[in-house]
Amino acid sequence: MNVTIKINGEDRAVDVAGAESLLTVLRNDLDLPGTKDACEQGECGSCSVVFDGDVVCSCLVMAVDADGSEVTTVEGLGTEDDLHPFQEAMLAEGGVQCGFCTPGVVIAGAHLLEENSQPSEIEIREALSGNICRCTGYGAILRAFETVARGDV
Amino acid sequence: MTTRTTSGVRGGIGTSVRRPDGIPKVMGNFAYASDLWSEDMLWGATRRSPHAHARLTRLDIAPALAMNGVRAVLTQDDVQGKPTFGQEEQDQPVFCDNTAQYWGEPVAVVAADDEETARRAAAAIIVEWEPLTPLTDPEQAVEEGLSFREMRIRRGDEDASGTIVVEGIYETATQDQAPLGTEAGFAIPDGEGGLDLYVTSQWIHVDHRQIVACLDMAPDSVRCHPAGIGGAFGSREDISLHIHVAMLALATGRPVKMVYDRTESFAGHVKRHPSRMWYRHEADESGMLVKVTARLLLDGGAYAHTSRAVLANAAFFTVGPYRCDSVVVDAAVAKTNNPPAGAMRGFGAVQTCFASESQMDLLAEKLGMDPLELRRANALLAGDHMSTSGQIIEGSLPTLEVIDAVEAIPLPDPLDDDDPRLLPGGTGLTSPRGSVVRGVGYAVGLKNLAFSEGFDDFAEARVVMTAAGVEVHTAAMEVGQGLVTVCQQIARTVLGTDQVAIVWDDTSQIGSAGSTSASRQTQMTGGAVHAAAVGLRDQILADHDGDELRDDGVYREGERVATIDDVCSSGPVEHHVQFRHPETFPPDENGQGDVHAGFVVAAHRAVVDVDPELGLVRVVRVDTAQDVGTALNPQAITGQLEGGIMQGVGLAVMEELVINEGIILNPTFTDYLIPTFLDAPAVETRIVEAGDHWGPFGAKGIGESPTISSTPAIVAAIRAATGRPLSRVPVRPEDIVGI
Repeated sequence: MNVTIKINGEDRAVDVAGAESLLTVLRNDLDLPGTKDACEQGECGSCSVVFDGDVVCSCLVMAVDADGSEVTTVEGLGTEDDLHPFQEAMLAEGGVQCGFCTPGVVIAGAHLLEENSQPSEIEIREALSGNICRCTGYGAILRAFETVARGDV
Repeated sequence: MTTRTTSGVRGGIGTSVRRPDGIPKVMGNFAYASDLWSEDMLWGATRRSPHAHARLTRLDIAPALAMNGVRAVLTQDDVQGKPTFGQEEQDQPVFCDNTAQYWGEPVAVVAADDEETARRAAAAIIVEWEPLTPLTDPEQAVEEGLSFREMRIRRGDEDASGTIVVEGIYETATQDQAPLGTEAGFAIPDGEGGLDLYVTSQWIHVDHRQIVACLDMAPDSVRCHPAGIGGAFGSREDISLHIHVAMLALATGRPVKMVYDRTESFAGHVKRHPSRMWYRHEADESGMLVKVTARLLLDGGAYAHTSRAVLANAAFFTVGPYRCDSVVVDAAVAKTNNPPAGAMRGFGAVQTCFASESQMDLLAEKLGMDPLELRRANALLAGDHMSTSGQIIEGSLPTLEVIDAVEAIPLPDPLDDDDPRLLPGGTGLTSPRGSVVRGVGYAVGLKNLAFSEGFDDFAEARVVMTAAGVEVHTAAMEVGQGLVTVCQQIARTVLGTDQVAIVWDDTSQIGSAGSTSASRQTQMTGGAVHAAAVGLRDQILADHDGDELRDDGVYREGERVATIDDVCSSGPVEHHVQFRHPETFPPDENGQGDVHAGFVVAAHRAVVDVDPELGLVRVVRVDTAQDVGTALNPQAITGQLEGGIMQGVGLAVMEELVINEGIILNPTFTDYLIPTFLDAPAVETRIVEAGDHWGPFGAKGIGESPTISSTPAIVAAIRAATGRPLSRVPVRPEDIVGI
């Protein structure tokens, strides 16, 4: 089945074979490997994308159901010369170690900051509770939010 | 002539510089092993044993081979070289040969045109089994003589006794490293019979040795390359899909990619050893330890992996960071049909730290002493004898300083909020605030640095001065911890320039850096980079009769005598070293000797809120003071401390692979619980610098300490809140409620 998805502002057409997830199509068919595959059960958030305005686990979205939707992946968030402030803050605060959770974390983090520029600590913790990080213990990620909220990036 | 060390170089040691791989990681274009791709590549998939112990009675690959798009199906019959592999002992067949020894053991692999076809083809292979009774009780295994190692420690007076005696039996469950990146490999035939392999690893040279043996290929025809890695924590210390993906590429002549899914990952790498430990501590009336007696039993699962070294660590850290003149330890690691165990952050010291710190609290209670006063009174310090091996502690060991520093961190205010997100159980299983009890607990942990017991432990590095800047060549594995930054910082500081790039060499280009494990790379590869940079600097200064190297040339008494272009006029100048730490020795038959190269100590304090009626826990804070030797990158240290603590939180209250008759019942992220942002306690850290005797600039490795004493501190806090004895981790609701 042919589906068209507006990904990072660009219409992308793809022939979906069957029961493929949006994650699989992004990674294997559309050359967008930034979105990561770590559990395929919607538990870890490594595959987070913005899907029609909401942060979702792309492993839980059927690719055929994404027809006509708008999707933002980590590749669409910032450029090397113009990083999103939350990407910049993640670098400044040491929120990146192995980096495998990072694409999902920056997608979820940027989305939260768009909806709430001054989130409280517990609001941050709840909004990011679907993004597992095994390296940082979350402290540096929390400080990255505080850095953005203070306007220090 | 005196060589001056340039100070103030940008991005040198002691600063929290940004990671050079940070920008690609936040942008999503850092290439992990699972992202590698080529147009003509095939996908690999694995067929595994559904039984923990079973005889293979029929294996028919024909249905898979007959499928469209399937290019190869391989089994143990296709292994050309040594039929078995293993880091220490080559006891594991490349594929299950006649009998499956653990749940998930690979039986066959398939290469096909796409991932879906590969998985369907793997499922189409006909495999028939005669199930056997799995041996899953480690005590029974040891009684039957099935162990990977048994060891004894006898030090001091076996007949010594103290008037104050406490005994306990402790257990730790099976913990998984659960790195976010699963196992992945990409093998590319070179057209001349050899291949290039990009694979998730912690030590590509030891992988390479095993791979070429099983492939029966000349070492220089296989090149293992470092690949982008999504965390490790011990899970990549041993071979997973390496040999399989290489065999598929050789069989098909095409590039082959393999990526484990999460359930395969749980099946496909070693775990933290589950343990049972019996302890008796004897002290005098003033609380001074007189004798510690322990029996330790670890379950190594089906194959050896690093079980021998893990057992030694557990045994040598039986007493923790305390003086005791008489110690008796009998330890064994059993061979069973449970999932194979091996390296995980803390490597044996985690298990015994939980038991021994629990014992110290019991002892303090019996003596009516403050738990920290008891620890201070018995604290092991530099110059003391290790209570187990008897070796004298060289270098620094700021045990008292870390205890003092963690105690001095202010305690948080009592809970005064009804927000369910801050209560035990969270929004799903909410405790009323009035029923929540707070507890505080402490623990102190000791760990060895780098490899022990006479292992020839070394790391190679090559530092090259070019007209465009400095290159540092290494085959060390950057798994996320920030070795890349530390190596840059060391080279910058020694060579006086911030223009330093790290080049990850493959196994044909440089010798081994040793494993990214045992808290060793900052000291070992960092030490090699330091020695190579010093050698290069001294050579350049000697060649140009200078006394200082700066980023724009060689200086003598403040005047420039050569530019960097002059230095490199005949081409790049380089220095290559193989760095070794102080020699260690195997223990004697009583476990005595200089078995370790160095030690690191840390203290943790946990604050928990518990609902004793529902058995729910919220870990409010875990604070720590950490011995670091010298802080090379304070931000990276904080990241290790916070991240390591969270794995300690996991073992304390939620992480357990539930295993029944050798089968893992929860091999998914839905059922194996890892601390999330909402589970994560606040963490306050204190870095204690006491300079060590052999790490670069006095640095110590700190990767494992945060995971060692955090777990017992949390359990101590839950005991303080509830009065329950709690002798097993993770602590479950039923342990708290007492049902």
